[in-house]
Amino acid sequence: MTATGTKSAAAKAGTKVMTLLEAITDAMRTEMRNDDRVVVFGEDVGKKGGVFGATMGLFDEFGEKRCFDTPLSECGIVGTAVGMAVYGLRPIAEIQFLDFIYPAFDQIVSEAAKMRYRSGGEYTCPLVIRSPYGGGIRGGHYHSQSSEAYFCHTPGLKVVIPSTPADAKGLLVASIRDEDPVMFLEPKALYRHAKGEVPTGEHVVPIGKARIAREGTDVTVLCYGAMVPVCEQAAQAAAEQGRSVEVIDLRTLVPLDEAAVIASVKKTGRCVVVYEAPKTCGYGAELSAIVAEKCIEYLEGPIVRVAGFDTPFPYTLEHLYMPDQKRVLAGIDKTFAW
Amino acid sequence: MSLELLSILDQDGKAQKGKDPNLPPKELQKLYRLMVATRALDDRGLALQRQGRIGFYLQSTGQEASHLGAAYALKDSDWLFPAYRQPGILLLRSVPIEQIVCEWFGNEGDTSKGRQMPVHYSFRQANFVSISSPIGTQLTQAAGAGMAARIRGDDTVFMTFCGDGGTSSNDFHTGLNFAAVYKAPVVFVCENNGWAISVPSSKQTVSESMAIKAEAYGMPGVRVDGNDVLAVYRVCKEAVDRARKGEGPTLVETVTYRIASHSSSDDAARYRDAKEFEAWKKKDPIARFQQYLKHKKLWTEAFEQECLEGAKADIAAAVKAAEARPNPGPETMFDDVYMNPTPQLKEQRQELHELMQKGGVGADVGHFPL
Repeated sequence: MTATGTKSAAAKAGTKVMTLLEAITDAMRTEMRNDDRVVVFGEDVGKKGGVFGATMGLFDEFGEKRCFDTPLSECGIVGTAVGMAVYGLRPIAEIQFLDFIYPAFDQIVSEAAKMRYRSGGEYTCPLVIRSPYGGGIRGGHYHSQSSEAYFCHTPGLKVVIPSTPADAKGLLVASIRDEDPVMFLEPKALYRHAKGEVPTGEHVVPIGKARIAREGTDVTVLCYGAMVPVCEQAAQAAAEQGRSVEVIDLRTLVPLDEAAVIASVKKTGRCVVVYEAPKTCGYGAELSAIVAEKCIEYLEGPIVRVAGFDTPFPYTLEHLYMPDQKRVLAGIDKTFAW
Repeated sequence: MSLELLSILDQDGKAQKGKDPNLPPKELQKLYRLMVATRALDDRGLALQRQGRIGFYLQSTGQEASHLGAAYALKDSDWLFPAYRQPGILLLRSVPIEQIVCEWFGNEGDTSKGRQMPVHYSFRQANFVSISSPIGTQLTQAAGAGMAARIRGDDTVFMTFCGDGGTSSNDFHTGLNFAAVYKAPVVFVCENNGWAISVPSSKQTVSESMAIKAEAYGMPGVRVDGNDVLAVYRVCKEAVDRARKGEGPTLVETVTYRIASHSSSDDAARYRDAKEFEAWKKKDPIARFQQYLKHKKLWTEAFEQECLEGAKADIAAAVKAAEARPNPGPETMFDDVYMNPTPQLKEQRQELHELMQKGGVGADVGHFPL
């Protein structure tokens, strides 16, 4: 684990200040230059450069052979990616919004995830499925969901969610180089809001290692993606009330850096789990279970989940649905109420 | 608009003039031998299931010409994205029978390490991609692999299979559409055997054929007598050649019949008209090809004996050897989920190991509830 601060606007040598979105583009560009097996495709990713602009410039630099538009079919994008990966390419498949991934579910959970296992290791499926997820952009039901838990429940998939520009690049590079299928979920609320220094050259952040986003001693807050800055703000507010909050940015949901989680909770004795997906059976439920199973004897209070509500994602009332600083603080309070 | 059903051999095995691909005698005999061996393998597989020695089996009886004629049109370097009723291709590609039978037993000799039900083969050495049970998924994957070959600039051709039921799957539409849009070198073979478990092909679609669907995707669709090995070969050879020349995909519908039940867990007599079944039995693809060989003086009783008894002996030896092999070790359950096991998998492997050390866990194995 490393503690990094990326607040500074001025870039150091060998780094450049980028948005999270630019860092994602930079990761793909870097790997497409490094490895001609890497191809990127999906809806509108070619000339247009993607609806959010994540593939901007790749069509011009690498041509239509390696950066191309597909018919409007998520099943087709992922299904063909599986075939390409099995045949030896390193496909990056973009799904325009995670909310639209369900037609590809069969190809992801029955095919990509199981190819290595079911063939006894004879065939592998090294692909990356990139998709923006999460709320906070006034996207309503179908442009806001956080359905990472579905994929975490499928052995054979890795699930990676960055929260800073530097991590976005380093984790995406690691995902492209990974020998197994990776769901790379991008917090779209941070695409342009998260800015920070990103190494311009080789930069790899290993999959499976959490990051201490803020060190603290009194309570651990576990979070990922767009909830990381929310939890950092809450930690700052809590500090002003005299509580020292440790914020752990998980970075990778599968495989989880369980050691980092447990070490932190053992140190602080309190645990709040924050995620924007519906509360029931969300990834935070798994985190709660792990903490309860492995370090309940260190706990000074209950494990508290601060999550989206068990409703479909609302449009007008989005600001009430999404966990914010106040709700995280209320969650922290609960762990001290014992 | 209707598509003609292409055939070369009549029911008496006589080839229509000008249509016979005129394969060399040795090749004709090889094809026949493969068809006979495939059926013998199927007979043995079902028998082992009935004896309770393996958990499940799924026959291809009656479809030997359909899948062997198709795959015979490929080069060995071409790839297959199969469904689950093309076992003859393994014999065509010289997969040792013992390896096939080890898959039925799911033992340590199984290339899939005992992780799938019988007949869900994976053979890298034969460019035969791992079979899954969901219907149609392989069609889109074959399109993707074909796209990859074009990106890489090689001339590999991909053949993929589905049944009549498969034409109703999402992936049939998706796979054909993507392959056509990207001119992928893919031959889609739809083996229309009349039945998807208990649902007749007339309830899958009201299109007058499966091949006609190709028209909507902008690719050639060909309808061929699936019990005529020479006709299937000829049609597929043209499709393979087109694909290799960069002219894009083809949909081939082989019109055939599922002589057996869907699987060892099914009884087709409960839903299928006996008359239909009897009529198709008379159109047996092996018998028809045998007639053809007789006309060409390439078939004798001795040759038949050699083909059938040879296959049976090889299979018997393979079964004996395979059955003696142990199951994969318990620790292998945790391998190949990822290239390297995650900390969680290592912990779970250790947990199982410790429980087994204490005894009582994992003692009850080898039970088939089906």
